[in-house]
Amino acid sequence: MRGVNLEEKTETEKMVRVYIMGREFEVPATLNIVKAFEYAGYRFIRGIGCRGGYCGACATVYRFKDDYRLNFALACQKAVEDGMYLTILPFVPAEKAKYDLNKLKPRGTVLLELYPEIARCVACNTCTKACPQELEVMDYVQAAIRGDIEEVANLSFDCIQCGLCAMRCPAEIVPYNVGQLARRLYGKYIAPQAKLTYERVEEIHACVFDEELDNYIELAKEDIEQLKKIYVEREIKVG
Amino acid sequence: MWSEKLRWVNYMERGYPNYMLESIEFVKQTREKRLKEIPPLMSLEEREQILRKYHPDYREDSKRAIKVGINAGELMPNEVADLIESYPLIQPEQIDLSTIDYDVDILIIGAGGAGLTAALWALYSGVDVDRILIVTKLRLGDSNSKMSQGGIQAADCEDDSPSLHYLDVLGGGHFTNDPELVKWLVREAPMIIKWHEELGVMYDKDEEGCMVVAPGGGTCRKRMHSAKDYTGMEIVRVLMDEVRNLEIPVLEFNSAIELLMDDAGKVAGAVLWDMEKEDYSIARAKATLMATGGFGRLHVQGFATTNHYGATADGLVMANRVGTRIIDMDSVQYHPTGSSYPEQILGLLCTEKLRGRGAQPVNKYGEEFVYPLEPRDVEAAALIRECARGNGLVTPTGMPGVWLDTPLIDIFHGEGTIEKEFSAMFLKYKRFDIDMTQDPILVYPTLHFQNGGIVINERAGVVGVLGLFAAGETTGGVHGKNRLMGNSILDYCVYGRRMGIYSADYVQNANVGKLSLDHVTKYVKLLEDTGIPNRKAPILLPEYRGERTLSHALDLL
Repeated sequence: MRGVNLEEKTETEKMVRVYIMGREFEVPATLNIVKAFEYAGYRFIRGIGCRGGYCGACATVYRFKDDYRLNFALACQKAVEDGMYLTILPFVPAEKAKYDLNKLKPRGTVLLELYPEIARCVACNTCTKACPQELEVMDYVQAAIRGDIEEVANLSFDCIQCGLCAMRCPAEIVPYNVGQLARRLYGKYIAPQAKLTYERVEEIHACVFDEELDNYIELAKEDIEQLKKIYVEREIKVG
Repeated sequence: MWSEKLRWVNYMERGYPNYMLESIEFVKQTREKRLKEIPPLMSLEEREQILRKYHPDYREDSKRAIKVGINAGELMPNEVADLIESYPLIQPEQIDLSTIDYDVDILIIGAGGAGLTAALWALYSGVDVDRILIVTKLRLGDSNSKMSQGGIQAADCEDDSPSLHYLDVLGGGHFTNDPELVKWLVREAPMIIKWHEELGVMYDKDEEGCMVVAPGGGTCRKRMHSAKDYTGMEIVRVLMDEVRNLEIPVLEFNSAIELLMDDAGKVAGAVLWDMEKEDYSIARAKATLMATGGFGRLHVQGFATTNHYGATADGLVMANRVGTRIIDMDSVQYHPTGSSYPEQILGLLCTEKLRGRGAQPVNKYGEEFVYPLEPRDVEAAALIRECARGNGLVTPTGMPGVWLDTPLIDIFHGEGTIEKEFSAMFLKYKRFDIDMTQDPILVYPTLHFQNGGIVINERAGVVGVLGLFAAGETTGGVHGKNRLMGNSILDYCVYGRRMGIYSADYVQNANVGKLSLDHVTKYVKLLEDTGIPNRKAPILLPEYRGERTLSHALDLL
């Protein structure tokens, strides 16, 4: 295969027309929405976070010119397209229940007790349509009403807590906080306990490894070549 | 739900230009052969050679020795040295220190993994909730901590031990780590996992409760614990939830811009800058905890970065001015695999766990050129070498890259594995019409982690400065000159916890004298005497505005 010429083309920069909070700008088509704002001269403090799709801060809505539909995206993960009307959302006002996880019981009614408004869900699926993570939000709200904590935990796992579901819900539910509670209940009470981890912690408390560790520390300070030898000769078992 | 997904697979376009699709054909042709054989691990000598020749740390003129202050002589990347040798944002005489806006025992600067963990453990250790204050320049939880994907190392499996973990950490760091700090890192790792379990963190486990573990670059055992490829986010959102439940005070959009000292020379809080209102306030504290994170947004040597918008090394700048020693800044961690294509996600992380589960780096001819799980610096150097040899592709925007053959993961572990274990990564590419279960992804090293930083002791106390603690990415010593995968989450957990516990202990008998910014005045004098040009730091946020705006920007007020 060597010798085959894989052509590396450099395209001239294609520009698109976008409308940032109503103002028209031309920006390169290779940008995402966040970078398009910056290219146009804006500097973010709100509506921005990790820029990698993990924090939900830049979740936003957009529309196309002459189209009634509202679209949803993470601004840092969405390419700009011609005719986009863009904005940023600085903050999501939302209620969060306060609880002591140690005092909760993982029974079916606990989600309803702490978030009684989930019973108001009209199954309109607007939350699901708004989710930039493509989660089945309505399905997990319905599971929460049924008290299926495990189902809520699993369906909501990829949630980055951007809040778009809560902003769109006509029943004023805050799905992402319900998901957070369910995941913690599942992780603490329902998922099988990590027995090996607990056993290892007991061994560490009993100082089982301290002699060897202290020996390595001494070698690191006094005889680094010996330590390197031990390192190189350690058995590698990762298969 | 399933029919929706199938429909998408059938009708999606492949999001690559034609010349990349041609190269992908080569990758497919060699796949069967590569299933059976992979290149061998390098010897210590080979590692040394490739690092010297190809790792960005060894490029000439990329670093310089600091000229002023406690860290004079210390070698740092130019981008960091510029910040260390910078004038403050404030003029000390402008600041009114007679009115205290926040008076607390423990001031925590930064609300990522280390800051949140420290806040919880300070509270558990008996500090009154109203005597703690977390300040952050963005939102609660905003941090690199939240972005870590692959996992957290802990030696809790049967054929593993903290001692083996210890060897891996030192070997990965080329034996430059602080041997004492590493002991607590590996020794307390299983306890951290247990604590997380008690908080309800959903780690990947099998039906018996056994942790699903993967290897990482430079590890001799499989000890990477994960929560799909959202490990950092899962941990941080649980910590955030707990901080909110316990109602620990948090001040968002407030950045510390200068540390305060008292007349006895102890650190005594910080000057805070309200990012929105653009005014300052004074926070007085018996103990000040630096959880300010790393420096990826400095774009060292022009590299793209995996880091959070706020990763601008503010902590180093402030700590340096109170006389804190900073080490190992001469080594920078470039993650071997950042996204090289498409441009919209340039530099974003493609977790090492992909290679841990079988993905192989291959060149544009479909050939393997390196063992997939060398320590990060070695692996990154190998990718840079392959592109320098002309065996990489170049994207339409001019970025080099080689393939990471991700479909192998499903071949090794069964169809659906990628979608299940790497749902974040899968979605990231799907958004740009790339199906990483069928086609490889294009990657190149990206600026990832600040290996060095503030010198701390095993109690997370900053060495040589009273009243100041530090943990997480802003510190140095734990990882030496190269960090292994899965040890950064562990670092902010172990040392964040220790920072909370030992600062709580410290404040019991601590007091604060008369507040002062004399150290800043003195540092300005040093800079002037050395002839340092006028530039200011901390920078708080990077500057990405377009040329037209920057060339016409005015500060009218």
